[in-house]
Amino acid sequence: MSTDPQSVRDRIVAIIAEQAMLDPSEISVEATPADLGIDSLGLVESIFAIEEAFDISIPFNANEPEKSDFDISNMGAIIAAVEKLVAEKA
Amino acid sequence: MTAGSGQRDGAAPAASGPAGYVPPPVPGLRRVAITGMGTVNALGRNVADTLAALREGRCGIGELHFQDVERLSVRIGAQVRDWDPEAYFNRQQISLYDKFTQFTLLAAKEAVGQSGLDFQGELGLCSGVILGTAGGGLNTWDENYRIVYEEGKNRVHPFVVPKLMNNAAASHVSMEFGLRGPAFTVATACASSNHAMGLAFQMVRSGAARVMLAGGSEAMLCFGGVKAWEGLRVMSRDACRPFSANRNGMVQGEGAGVFVFEDWDHARARGADILAEVVGFAMSSDAQDIVMPSAQGAERAIAGAMRDAELNPEDIGYINAHGTGTAANDKTECAAVAHAFGPHADRLMISSTKSMHGHLIGGTGAVELLACIMALRDGIIAPTIGYEEPDPECALDVVPNVAREARVDAVLSNAFAFGGLNAVIALRRA
Repeated sequence: MSTDPQSVRDRIVAIIAEQAMLDPSEISVEATPADLGIDSLGLVESIFAIEEAFDISIPFNANEPEKSDFDISNMGAIIAAVEKLVAEKA
Repeated sequence: MTAGSGQRDGAAPAASGPAGYVPPPVPGLRRVAITGMGTVNALGRNVADTLAALREGRCGIGELHFQDVERLSVRIGAQVRDWDPEAYFNRQQISLYDKFTQFTLLAAKEAVGQSGLDFQGELGLCSGVILGTAGGGLNTWDENYRIVYEEGKNRVHPFVVPKLMNNAAASHVSMEFGLRGPAFTVATACASSNHAMGLAFQMVRSGAARVMLAGGSEAMLCFGGVKAWEGLRVMSRDACRPFSANRNGMVQGEGAGVFVFEDWDHARARGADILAEVVGFAMSSDAQDIVMPSAQGAERAIAGAMRDAELNPEDIGYINAHGTGTAANDKTECAAVAHAFGPHADRLMISSTKSMHGHLIGGTGAVELLACIMALRDGIIAPTIGYEEPDPECALDVVPNVAREARVDAVLSNAFAFGGLNAVIALRRA
């Protein structure tokens, strides 16, 4: 499994794009999950898909998303957090 | 239950006013109309195809196709072939809908479409849904046990719980149509659908609800689902032959049936096509054995349904039997019918359509109600196919192998579950 940062980013964008039913080119780094039309269930499902894709565990509690250690405020934050977890695993 | 029945027959005044007007609840019992029906099962993905198969005596049972089927000793079933959820649902929906919910939603859409009802506004507030299922999201349990036990993974999809829960189908139906009144699921094994429809009937009859969607669904045809049934040693490896002396067990099926039960006056006021009238329901418990059926318990439910409907044995022209094709059920059921009907038992017709659509367990009564409505509405009695040898312990007119034309005015549908739970529904021609 590649840990090339560009590859990690592209794969996360692809997962979110699929969930949001958008083209990956429409996913900007500033976009929040809400901007993309992803509700709380969609977010939980996206996180599951990201965990599966990179074989990592994401510390995300759907009951209290704001209090999680995992920053989901926008795409850039999500990508950075996943890249950090992938790097820690390597 | 006879109290208040005079009001039922005493022709409550027809509701007037614009279509969709919801009159306030009135005291006394209401008549209950069926104004919509829908199904997905091995015989067809809609009512028309299913009734055509029942008329032709076509068998929906064949080789099972799913992962690990080669590890089963029972490899036949009435499976919905080439099921492709993506043809009906989007990706987000599929992530939340187990197969039993998918079947239910398709059947419910057909039923509501036929009824022509729109539940937006006030009608939705006094309408609901009661569905039966035994296994609920059993495919979801099966897939995810495989992931954690066999594949050794430590993570499952986040929607496993909302997907597998037994009330998922009822909840999604309520959301799909805006049914904001009573909504729940009944799990009484093979009687689940009949219990669900019986309760829905009672709610509309009592005025507690104006319209209820009712029926049930099952999707147990997966490795774990069939493996569990194998253990009981009641499954046939070749065919389902109810009432035939050479019968050797039941064959599982899958699918759903959903009906629209509507206040009769409400249906009449809007000019709805009434498919049949639900007139009676009774349930009983054997209180005896967890798997062996009791003729007395079954008879009490049969007699109770007729009493509730104010029908005499001579009024019943057809019974859709529970008729599983096991040695125990079929002889016990025939004894119960013979005792409940006396001399009329030899003049009525009784068939088991499980010989064609298989045993849908918690969904079976719902699919079987279609055969009852066909008998009343079209005058066609669905046969018991696979019938090869008379059994002196099942010496009733089981409509062997070929459908029959006959005018019948009232019918019963039997369901007798493991656990000794019996539920019988009575319908009358509209």
